[in-house]
Amino acid sequence: MKTLGLKFEWFVTQTALVMGGYTRFAGQFFTWVRQKPFRSRQIFLQMNVIGVDSTPIILLVGFFTGAVFALQAGYSFRLFNAETMVGATVGLSLAREIAPVFAALMVIARVGSSMSAELGTMRVTEQIDALEAMAVNPYHYLVVPRVIASIAMLPLLTVLFVFIGIVGSYIVGVGLLDIPEGPFLYRLEYYLEMKDLIGGLIKSGIFGFILAVISCYQGFNAHGGAKGVGLATTRAVVIASVSILVTDYFLTQWILELTR
Amino acid sequence: MIKLFDIQKSFGKNKVLQGISFVIPKGKITVIIGRSGEGKSVLLKHLIRLINPDEGKILVDGTDILSLNEIELKEFRKKFGMLFQNAALFDSMNVFSNVAFPLVEHTNMTDHEIASRVHEVLELVGLKDIDEKMPEELSGGMRKRVGLARSIALLPQILLYDEPTTGLDPIMTDAIDQLIVNTQKQLGVTSVVISHDIEASFRIADRVAMLHEGKIILEGQRVDFEASKHPFIKRFLEGRATGTEL
Repeated sequence: MKTLGLKFEWFVTQTALVMGGYTRFAGQFFTWVRQKPFRSRQIFLQMNVIGVDSTPIILLVGFFTGAVFALQAGYSFRLFNAETMVGATVGLSLAREIAPVFAALMVIARVGSSMSAELGTMRVTEQIDALEAMAVNPYHYLVVPRVIASIAMLPLLTVLFVFIGIVGSYIVGVGLLDIPEGPFLYRLEYYLEMKDLIGGLIKSGIFGFILAVISCYQGFNAHGGAKGVGLATTRAVVIASVSILVTDYFLTQWILELTR
Repeated sequence: MIKLFDIQKSFGKNKVLQGISFVIPKGKITVIIGRSGEGKSVLLKHLIRLINPDEGKILVDGTDILSLNEIELKEFRKKFGMLFQNAALFDSMNVFSNVAFPLVEHTNMTDHEIASRVHEVLELVGLKDIDEKMPEELSGGMRKRVGLARSIALLPQILLYDEPTTGLDPIMTDAIDQLIVNTQKQLGVTSVVISHDIEASFRIADRVAMLHEGKIILEGQRVDFEASKHPFIKRFLEGRATGTEL
């Protein structure tokens, strides 16, 4: 019983320390983002890495997500003679929920891991120390551009995901399941409102902040050579993915209450 | 002049520095020697506040560096140049961009002036026509030279060298040692060098300080070390392992 108590105490202490570390790290963003110089070159470079380079994977995943969703919904709705609702169902789900979450998970897998590995390697090879020694704040130089780029690009990738997902559902619904095109599009347009899309975009911006902060934090705190960088990368992916899913629940509740 | 007062630093239960007090004179080469893992690099990083001590005080030209805030610290660090153990070149940048980095960050020089300064410092460390090379294409010695060129690009007043010759062959070791001496002579900087090579240390240093078990156990020149009766210093000079070291 005593051992269990000690383990619980250790777990609570460690969790508090880690959460404190993340909070401090995230808080530094709001301090350093206001400092000059404004590193536009670094920001555009990261926007290219996070946004432009992620476009193919977003298109691929988005298309098949919409397509498979339409396929499942089509067969299920046929039982109730409601196939024409497939477009609206897919569109709403994509805009409100699936696109922000899936786009964030794709970016974590593709970019979050590389952010963590890159900064982790810079940490263990003393490149971050070298920045500090040259009177350049590493948070300002490395983290701020990544976080800004991530906040800016996630909503754009989400829009792309929604659009290509709807295209996928249209091809499957209208092309393969023979759902009449008119009602399919009419109901999609009728039910999918701008507020649904805006809610998804707010989520994706927040997801962008969370995934970049967690990935950078893990990289910044990597130690112990190649193994340490590997561990940091794994932790970044796992913690960021779980955080996105947990945050999503609370954001959804908040947005639904706001738009009710 | 750099003055350290009772510097203490622990990592967990490991007490690395246990009350370091000594003075690094201006415009001279001071070498800090000691065994691997004694905390020499940790001590060096304290001088530029890459690491903060648990206790103690550090004065650099009369400024208490532990009292500086982030903005003041940034300005203060422009006084320093630091050559890291593995040069710490930015692997996403070529040689030119690495050396130009501090100039781009901290000066209003034109592109032409930056290029001219970069080539000047590269030449000072005996390198030319390698602007486009990436760090992974360079040998260990060349990386350190590029690292040194980057450190002196802003004409610092104090140069810190973290084991500049570790892992190099004897010829390259001598070349880097000469470079440290020449740089000190040409720029008149205060140099602090971390090393575990005692012979090379005596060759280049104005003063040598030995770090052992978290403390400076002796400061001086060759004669002071040779006259010392301290058992560890005698063993270090002879390069002799005993007991658990074997």
